Amino acid sequence: MSNTILKVTNVDKTFGGLRALSNVNLHVEQGVTHAVIGPNGAGKSTLLNVCVGRITPDNGSVVFKDEILTGKEPHRINQLGVARVFQTPEIFPELTLLQNVMIPALAKREGAFRFNPFRSLLSQHEIRDEACHTLEDVGLADHLAMLAGTLSRGDKRRLELAMCLVQHPGLLLLDEPTAGMSRHDTNRTIDLLQRIKERGMTKVIIEHDMHVVFSLADRITVLAQGTVICEGTPDEVRGDPRVQEAYLGGAHL
Amino acid sequence: METSSPRRDLIMLAIFIAAVLTMPLWTAPIGANYPDLLQKFAIFGIFAIGYNLLFGLTGYLSFGHAVFLGVGSYAAVWSFKLFSMNVLPAVVMGVLFAGLFAAVIGYLSLRRSGIYFAILTLAFAQMCYNLAYSVLTPITNGETGLQLARADPRILDRMFFEADVGLPLTNLFGMEMQGYSGFYFCAVLLILAFFLSMRIFRSPFGLKLRAIKSNQVRMSYTGFHTRPYMMTVFIISGMYAGLAGSLLAVTDPLAGAERMQWTASGEVVLMTILGGAGTLIGPLLGAGIIKYFENIFSSFNDSLLHNAFSFLPDGVQDVVVGIVSLFVGEGWQLTLGIAFMLVVIFLPGGLMEGFRRIGALIARRRGRGPAEEVERP
Repeated sequence: MSNTILKVTNVDKTFGGLRALSNVNLHVEQGVTHAVIGPNGAGKSTLLNVCVGRITPDNGSVVFKDEILTGKEPHRINQLGVARVFQTPEIFPELTLLQNVMIPALAKREGAFRFNPFRSLLSQHEIRDEACHTLEDVGLADHLAMLAGTLSRGDKRRLELAMCLVQHPGLLLLDEPTAGMSRHDTNRTIDLLQRIKERGMTKVIIEHDMHVVFSLADRITVLAQGTVICEGTPDEVRGDPRVQEAYLGGAHL
Repeated sequence: METSSPRRDLIMLAIFIAAVLTMPLWTAPIGANYPDLLQKFAIFGIFAIGYNLLFGLTGYLSFGHAVFLGVGSYAAVWSFKLFSMNVLPAVVMGVLFAGLFAAVIGYLSLRRSGIYFAILTLAFAQMCYNLAYSVLTPITNGETGLQLARADPRILDRMFFEADVGLPLTNLFGMEMQGYSGFYFCAVLLILAFFLSMRIFRSPFGLKLRAIKSNQVRMSYTGFHTRPYMMTVFIISGMYAGLAGSLLAVTDPLAGAERMQWTASGEVVLMTILGGAGTLIGPLLGAGIIKYFENIFSSFNDSLLHNAFSFLPDGVQDVVVGIVSLFVGEGWQLTLGIAFMLVVIFLPGGLMEGFRRIGALIARRRGRGPAEEVERP
């Protein structure tokens, strides 16, 4: 029944002499939360960068639905329905929370470019409401007029998540969405991501925190030194001796 | 966030229109109520508003905006020479040609951002300036500057009436564009320019420009193609400068290459920063102050100062005049420089930030609780 929404095929990427990704394959099914784990420097972030067009791979292809993403510019990839949360939150610090979320909503509605100098922002009620709802979803609705730059680190991550969610992307890529968060905030983020999952949004998530990974992931891919060493359900991965060795160092899961 | 509401904007626009149209009255006490200077206020106001759309909204620091001012002037004078002394075709020509130049320079310069963009625009500006002096002499008339001549064809005018004996004057369907009528023509265009800028500030387009300033990486991963946005606003900004340039020619029909020099480009940067980049009114304020300094402060001389300080005893008077005269007359730029430094150091948001702080202070004194969220236009 399941169909593949994201297909990464035989991707290679070398930086100077360093082989960041070598012959990586990744298939993500529709509606699934797919975690990519691995030790530092395993190539996880590079893999996401390849998906969103930040890095062009030396070899191989990335296909989302029926569109080839490799070689496309980031804004075109986003317009196809791929949104990304970065490892360090990329938000608009000088704008208010509401504006921060209205902008991606506008991108969804208006496309990559629209020149409308005579339309007033205040008349964009739908966009505004949508942005408010999404901010409510992530628990930031109380400070619509606050400047995003003044938020705490955890709240910035939540804001960035809201900025992605408001676009209802077909695929959401999350790069360590809970890094640097307190346990309490981490749990709130897990709850939030679980709620999104119920809406059928496909997610690829990079995460170090095994608590997060095993609470959310339906499938896990393990990367080490740029290659996929194992893929499967959480239980399969947990039991795999290669994973124990490469990543977990024999740590008890 | 938006303390701006349609109603507030309407009030602001109404006040602005009233202020511009009554300018000859309220500038009288500061001695600036002569048409020449008033025209300059309006013209450089337009220039600064346009520059602010680029620099204030997107943060792209163009160091070559005077090119568009110069191009606007040349195009307008050519329109006077070839077609008609009517100012409308001249203004249209000025705006169009400036837009064209902006498209070319923008296309090339906008490949880079930050300091590289600034240097590229500066390089193009200096190139245009030098070309205007050298190889383009047939078009620009080199050092002499482009001037009207009796023998100019003026095709459209010739169709309706015979050439005058003397040099013709610029006019709007017979109304001569010198003195106060010239000022009011500029004032009307200033109001239109301000209105358009206000609409851009309040539009989704304007919000996206501010987002580009804030985080361009996020913009592209949010699905926006930032290049066409930058191109559009660069061209609009260039057209504003072209409009200002053509108005310079309307009020005084000659054009010289010095209008394109980098000091002229720097001046509009100063105006915008002094008043407050990214605010609606700030750049206008900056333009007004700089033009006021340039024209009024520079005209103060020693005898005027002696009169002003005549109440002091002789010896003291000489000392005071000696010190003050450093800052006026030839030294007006010293005053301007100090004022600019003070503003940048203490009010990074320009004079508008100063007003906002004072406003917040008064509001707090009145016990209206905490200061309102400051306006981010």
